[in-house]
Parts: sequence; structure tokens; C-alpha cells
Amino acid sequence: MTGPSILFQLGHTVLGAVVDLSGRPRYIHSGWFLISVANLAVIVAMIVLFALAIALPFPRGRRRP
Amino acid sequence: MSTPGEVRTWTGRVREVAVAALPPERLLPDTQPVYVASWIYVFGVLTLAAFVVVLASGAVLALAGPGWWHVSSTGHFFNSLHLWSTELFFFFMVVHLWGKFFMAAWRGRRALTWITGAISFLVSIATAFTGYLSQQNFASQWIGGQAKDGLNASGVGAFFNVLNFGQMFMWHIVLLPLLVALLIVGHVLLVRRSGVVPPLPARLAGGDKR
Repeated sequence: MTGPSILFQLGHTVLGAVVDLSGRPRYIHSGWFLISVANLAVIVAMIVLFALAIALPFPRGRRRP
Repeated sequence: MSTPGEVRTWTGRVREVAVAALPPERLLPDTQPVYVASWIYVFGVLTLAAFVVVLASGAVLALAGPGWWHVSSTGHFFNSLHLWSTELFFFFMVVHLWGKFFMAAWRGRRALTWITGAISFLVSIATAFTGYLSQQNFASQWIGGQAKDGLNASGVGAFFNVLNFGQMFMWHIVLLPLLVALLIVGHVLLVRRSGVVPPLPARLAGGDKR
């Protein structure tokens, strides 16, 4: 009988150390407001990326002759 | 034989209209205005790139079928690739939408570009929804059970039955992807025709625009 590969176990351990992918989802709840932490993290990441896309300078390309 | 400027066939007329609307140098430009050199302008093409991965991984899943992607490691990999490319597709599309909304990208006779983009977003949500229904697991059962009440209340349930796996699967892999692809192609062609929208003019003190 063969179990999961070493690479799979390593990946599972590393990911599991950052985010518990097998546990119950966590929610933020206050009155009518209810959102999962995962969804909130994605929304925050989008807002941060949007702000960075406006703030960060774009690398200059090669000048055309 | 027709003389130059006199086209008798419908194919010739379509060609003339298409070339007049989108001459080759506008269809495939090799330069862009200087204001395009900003990170906020890259999210449209990132959305397109994610869409290509969604289509390619979906095609691989379709080749071998559910009996493969549920049990094999490679099948799990492509199943996950399909899911995460979809997540990135929406992630980039939403940032693209925010960018275009805040620069009022419908300016300069670009209303149709904005509308096709907005409809693409809505149809993409429907496509992803039928994808979640096609997972064949407890999550898809729960989503279908919850969604049927809302859709039945709207009357749509009479011909769009979310508890009918075969119907949802065909909507997911044939009808809706085709519609999304056609909308995206139309959207990109409209961007090519009108050009990339410039940033909003800066407002100076006293109400003058720069």
C-alpha cells in the first residue's frame, strides 16, 4: 500500500502551517453583516492591489529610435 | 468581375465594412499612448490570460471526464488549476472594472465597450455558478438546493433547473463559455476600434482642466 508522496505531504504541511485548509471556515459576524474570512481576505487583497497599481511607477521600456 | 470600389458579394461587403471599422494598424497596433504605461492598465490583459488558462484547463477536464478528475492526482491538479484560474480571472476582472469605473472609461463614444464588459462580468458569474454546481460534491448539492428557491421564485427555474446536473453541466461547458468568449472578443475589438481610454483630465484650482 502506498501513501501520499513526500512532496504532497511537504506541500500539505507547509500550506497547513499558513492556512488551515481542512478546518471549519471562520466568519466575521456583527448584526446583519456576515462574511467569511476567506472572502474578506480576497476583497482586501483586491483593494491593496488596486491601490498599488495606481501608486507604483510603471517600469520604463526601451526607447524607440 | 467587379471593378475596384464595386463589391457584389456579401463576403466582400463584410470585408469592406470590417476593414473600414478596424484597419490592420488599429486591430494590431505596435504602439500605445504614453498614458498606458501604468499598472492600472494591465488588468484587462491579465484577465484575458487567466481566461485562456480557464479554457485550457477546462478542455483538459472535458477530455477525460469526472471519473478522472475526481480520483486521479493529475485530475485533481487540473481541477484545482481550473478553480484557481477562475479565481484569478474574477480577481483581475474586478480590479480592471474598478480601474475603468474610476476613470469613467465610457467616455469618448466607448459606451458599448463599457456595456460589453459589464455583461461579460455578469455572464461570467453565471458561468462560474454552473461550474460550482458541476463539482458533484456536497458543496454543489448545497449550492443547488439554496439557489433553486431563489431561481424558482423568479420564474427562471422552469427552464433552468439547478438540480439537473446534466443541464447545468452543458450550460457550464458549452453555452456560457461560448457566450463569455464571444463577449470578450467583441469587447477587445471595441477597445481596438476606439483605443484605450485616456485618464481623466486633472482639475486645477479655479475649476480649470489640464
